[in-house]
Amino acid sequence: MEGRVGAGKKVLWGLAALAVAAYALLPVAWVVSLSLKPGSELSDGSFLPKSPTLDNFRAVFKDPQFPAALRNSLGIAAISTVVAVLLAMFAAYAIVRLDFPGKRLVLGGALAIAMFPAISIVGPLFNMWRSLGLYDTWAGLIIPYMTFTLPLAIWTLSAFFREIPWDLDKAARVDGATPFQAFRKVIAPLAAPGVFTAAILVFIFAWNDFLFAITLTSTNSARTVPAALAFFTGASQFEQPTGSIAAASVIVTIPIVIVVLLFQRRIVAGLTSGAVKG
Amino acid sequence: MTTTTVPTATRTTVRGRVSDRLRAERRLGVLLCLPAVLVMLLVTAYPIVYAVWLSLQRYDVRFPDESKFIGLSNYGTVLSSSVWWQAVVNTAVITVVTVAVELVLGMALALVMHRAVIGRRVVRSSVLIPYGIVTVVAALSWKFAFDPTTGFVNGVLHMQTSWFAQRPTAFVVICLNEIWKTTPFMALLLLAGLTLVPPDLLRAARVDGAGPWQRLTKVTLPLMKPALLVALLFRTMDAFRVFDSIFVMTRGAQDTESVSIVGYNTLVTRLNLGLGSAVSVLIFLFVILIAVLFVKGFGANLGQQRGEAGH
Repeated sequence: MEGRVGAGKKVLWGLAALAVAAYALLPVAWVVSLSLKPGSELSDGSFLPKSPTLDNFRAVFKDPQFPAALRNSLGIAAISTVVAVLLAMFAAYAIVRLDFPGKRLVLGGALAIAMFPAISIVGPLFNMWRSLGLYDTWAGLIIPYMTFTLPLAIWTLSAFFREIPWDLDKAARVDGATPFQAFRKVIAPLAAPGVFTAAILVFIFAWNDFLFAITLTSTNSARTVPAALAFFTGASQFEQPTGSIAAASVIVTIPIVIVVLLFQRRIVAGLTSGAVKG
Repeated sequence: MTTTTVPTATRTTVRGRVSDRLRAERRLGVLLCLPAVLVMLLVTAYPIVYAVWLSLQRYDVRFPDESKFIGLSNYGTVLSSSVWWQAVVNTAVITVVTVAVELVLGMALALVMHRAVIGRRVVRSSVLIPYGIVTVVAALSWKFAFDPTTGFVNGVLHMQTSWFAQRPTAFVVICLNEIWKTTPFMALLLLAGLTLVPPDLLRAARVDGAGPWQRLTKVTLPLMKPALLVALLFRTMDAFRVFDSIFVMTRGAQDTESVSIVGYNTLVTRLNLGLGSAVSVLIFLFVILIAVLFVKGFGANLGQQRGEAGH
């Protein structure tokens, strides 16, 4: 197909691609611009800052709320990712490789949870966490995050695991390896790219969540960045926090942009569960 | 399932020795799935049952001693409240508008991603930024952009609108954020369907004299139906849960509450767990209804697209 597309058409599709990129980047550019504006320019209604400054970034790190929230976000997202991917890895291996009763039940259950409205369990979790002492703790957020990312991780990993040359696994089993040894020594290294993709998707989910973050936390000890952003008051009550909020927004967006630029193909493949080979 | 054929074949050919191994395999399979299944059950199934139980109680967190079983009366309260029905209408409007726009826009985006030769990498990377960005950050960005004092939108449009002071304009911005944020996801799912359309078929249609529009509507779209339905189902359910954008932009003021916002306000702000749980259970039932509608009504085959067949 590609060979028959004329040069003019190529340029046209190229322009369309550019338009798409502009659409995707506009709000990001805007928040970056806001974060660089000094307080005096915040209400001037122009898109770009006239005299850009890093004051907002300094202010946001001086405030006690934001650094704590950033620490919570990083820690909670990282731990959720490791645990969810580990559990999903076991399950996906079993689903793809082993014959056992209830396989469809696992896949169907995972699918059901992917559609589960989080708001429906916020109340019970709030009550349970208060009596279990998990309210406003890291674990209190890690548990729902890993639960809600398990389906995505299980699908992604199953899709990737199906692409692995299984003869190697069989060869290892013929050579006397137990199923578990075959999993650890042969399959795990081959599965690394899939595991990595699943990890990125889980991390993005945990990094983005807002509903659990605002209902299951109340202080700096576990409040994550999205929740902190929504309740951000600024260093003093006389200061308009718009600039600081924009600066904080930029800081939490940077990791996402880097991950997206580095691992674009993997994320696309993961989101479509291996359906795109592109 | 291509992989199950191997064990089945061995099972029937070499009976005696294999049954032991088969049992071991079964045990390992269950064992490996158990942690994930347990976590999922404990954190979703148990709480939803608990929510049903709570919804049958009068239960206010501030006065736990006055709790008592009151049957379905919480549901009566919710279903006869205008706030709830207003929220249902709002959520339905947001869902229908955003999913419809996303479908058209997502299809266009998928076509660009599929066809662009120049700048393909740029476009694929940049559409992932809305997907990856924190929803709250995206909502804040649009909020500040439309804000009459800090924003630039009024200046560009030569308008003096307070976008968040009226219901219709607030909805415009809320929908805009939702659409901006989730169109890429829709586009990627559609792109997956698009790559499954055999180029030979399109070439044959072209030879037979079909124009670009006819090729899209008569060849591409029918072949993409499974991918399309799955993308629609996922997005519809996701849109129905809309919460972050509204919370950041209006907190539900100007009658912009969604069902999730009503749930949050009842549960967390008013600490009325009984009534809030009734709202939660109703939202859960709505989501099931949407899923059933898609699967039974339109024949969406979820297993085929995700999970079951990865290629």
